[in-house]
Amino acid sequence: MRLDAYDPGGFYDELFAAAGQPRPGASLLVENLKALPEGELAMRQQAAEKALFDLGITFNVYNSQAGLERIFPFDVLPRIIEAAEWDLIERGLRQRIQALNLFLSDVYHEQRIVRDGIIPGELIRSATGYRKECRGLNPPWGVWCHITGSDLVKDADGKLYVLEDNLRCPSGVSYMIGNRQVMKRAFPQIFGAINPRPVEDYPSRLLDMLQFLGPRGDQAPVVAVLTPGTQNSAYFEHSFLAQQMGVELVTGSDLVMRDGWLNMRTTRGFKRVDVLYRRIDDDFLDPLTFRSDSMLGVPGLMEAYRAGRVAIANAPGTGVADDKVIYAYVPQIIKYYLGEEIILPNVDTYMCWVPEQQKYVLEHMAELVIKTANDSGGYGVLIGPHATSAVLAEWALRIKDNPRNFIAQRTLSLSRSPVMIDGQAEGRHVDLRPFALYGRDIHIMPGGLTRVALKKGSLVVNSSQGGGSKDTWVLPANPLTGGGL
Amino acid sequence: MLSRVAESVYWIARYIERAENVARCVDVSLQVALDAPGGMGGQWHSLVAATGDAARFAERYGEEGTGSDLLSTDVAARDAVLHFLTFDTTSPNSILSCVTKARENARQVRGVLAMEAWEHLNRFYHMLVSPDARRRAVESPHDFYSSIRSASYLFEGILESTLSRGEEWNFLRLGRYLERADQTSRILDVKYFILLPDPGQVGSVVDDLLWTALLHSVSGHEMFRRRHGRILPEKVVDFLVLDREFPRAVLFCLLQAEESLLSISGTPMGSFRNTAEKRLSRLRSTLAYSTVEDIIGRGLHEYLDELQTGLNGVGMGIFESFFALDGPTGNQQGQQQ
Repeated sequence: MRLDAYDPGGFYDELFAAAGQPRPGASLLVENLKALPEGELAMRQQAAEKALFDLGITFNVYNSQAGLERIFPFDVLPRIIEAAEWDLIERGLRQRIQALNLFLSDVYHEQRIVRDGIIPGELIRSATGYRKECRGLNPPWGVWCHITGSDLVKDADGKLYVLEDNLRCPSGVSYMIGNRQVMKRAFPQIFGAINPRPVEDYPSRLLDMLQFLGPRGDQAPVVAVLTPGTQNSAYFEHSFLAQQMGVELVTGSDLVMRDGWLNMRTTRGFKRVDVLYRRIDDDFLDPLTFRSDSMLGVPGLMEAYRAGRVAIANAPGTGVADDKVIYAYVPQIIKYYLGEEIILPNVDTYMCWVPEQQKYVLEHMAELVIKTANDSGGYGVLIGPHATSAVLAEWALRIKDNPRNFIAQRTLSLSRSPVMIDGQAEGRHVDLRPFALYGRDIHIMPGGLTRVALKKGSLVVNSSQGGGSKDTWVLPANPLTGGGL
Repeated sequence: MLSRVAESVYWIARYIERAENVARCVDVSLQVALDAPGGMGGQWHSLVAATGDAARFAERYGEEGTGSDLLSTDVAARDAVLHFLTFDTTSPNSILSCVTKARENARQVRGVLAMEAWEHLNRFYHMLVSPDARRRAVESPHDFYSSIRSASYLFEGILESTLSRGEEWNFLRLGRYLERADQTSRILDVKYFILLPDPGQVGSVVDDLLWTALLHSVSGHEMFRRRHGRILPEKVVDFLVLDREFPRAVLFCLLQAEESLLSISGTPMGSFRNTAEKRLSRLRSTLAYSTVEDIIGRGLHEYLDELQTGLNGVGMGIFESFFALDGPTGNQQGQQQ
């Protein structure tokens, strides 16, 4: 493997400061990789892909023939995060999640943040994720966002930004675990030498957190994972997490309310469910409260939730904070609730509902990334520098038509990391989705899913848009304590 | 265990067992056709009758003897029947339909079965849908249908050696053995019906070739020879219905199914707690206290007909007792019997 020949180009590279010059945290890795015989890395890449397929770590592709599964493309070169950088990420995410949780609680109670003039009430009410039905709800322990998967990116100067917070049903954690399992098999010596912090305890921590929410207190709470079903693109992850936690994977039709309590239909009759880790959207949770045509949820669930008879993770209504216009206020939200300055900054965001900002956006469309306020998964994004003038004109009309629904951000020069392409290392843009659990306290899993835009030059890392992933190695606090070869 | 999961697991076993039995019947019939002077005649049609889909077949390919082009020659009839039983996705009991449904059910309960079991089922399915499969089915049918039987053996073997002996395992066995009991009785019924339409003639005609083929179709020829020696129709009936040791005999299957059913609810042998248990134990004891003379006196066809009605009743009892706690859920209103 000719890592010497790898040229990071004009980009910030996660492993190399310059051609042939690994960053301090990556030097041990690069040294070890260079020691591998020619062709070995490509062989291990193939072995890793085979292992992922055998493990069944696949995703469904929407609109494809039923039952079609693909593996999420995987790259064998890990991304390295040094201890000091991780420390910043951890503190930054903890701060954001704590503040956003206080914000959610406030939004559905007094709305002090509106009364105090920080955020216009109209913006909250018009957010697609805002659920007026959730007013006055008191989730167990005051926690709304139990599982968070914020997306982080690095700009050309190596500075970290939060791109979005994903407080609803973030997915990808099964790939984080699968990638790690595969890497441990493929590179046991290198892994042992570098000793990255573990992430495979995620299912245990998830179960602990979910059980902590149990309303009955004394007994071991019964947890279930609620999935929309096999057609969902993340179905593999739902079944994987249920299996790893040793809990039932249920669909709406397995659940029924009886005398105000949530039950599942089992071969031994009805069985109480105390905690529901739901992987379906708010809209589908309960046809009596939300969308009445939903077949995926349980009629009457929200009433039991309101009465404290069942816990739901994440709490319904968290989507309001995923609105990209609300996101623009996160620095103020942190300041307002915690009295602190933001640690992990937002990407500068222009809100098109503000006339001056809209004017700026329309004049600079070709330089900006424009997003609709409520989409995710890489949909509803216009990358100005890559767009034709016809598309720009169309988006300009859409912005003027519904300014509330659009924001714009500076186009970042996303950092890159070397990726194996046809046996050679080539630079590709990456982002990072670390996963956080919020129960008794906030725990950030050290690592996360590094997503890669496999298409040359592409900035879109989503799995539905041709993205892949690689393992993320967070170095131990003191690298000298790592095991030797 | 979730009712939905139990139902899926039960049906996975049934569908795979069904696919295996269809493959067995087809394979044996193909071999008989090679031996039979002047071809198989109505034998091809009897294969369809064994799956209980004669009406659906007639709808699709026309009736035999009515000048339907699709069935005009023995070869045409053979091809139509083989396609119908193997690859026709409009036929719910074709091998491909059964394996597709088993796989769909397995997808819904991923994580309940061992990863190898899912992988194997996935490969089984992909083997059947590959273009190569259709070519092999025509060019080397024996190899092709044997590979289906082997795939079913392997699936059963993986489950037997990886699955904890809990409810999941018992629901799988329940499905497998009820389906097998049903299939064996159907095979016997159809073959017998053709060989000896009049119950009064039992023992008067012995078509050694066809009775041997019948035993081969349930992989029972060697076991039968060791137990009974000469091939006599009543001995074959005795062996396939009332044997307690041959693993494809109806009584053997019912004993296994009963054991699993009672283990699911922890009910002691000799008592019952729900409709399914009541019906299965009653059916099993009817067989356990019968002799082949009783069967032939009653009339084999009549007897098998009642047996199949009884098995259907057990299936419905299982649905009511375990899968539909408060009526059908709208999700899976019981899969196809």
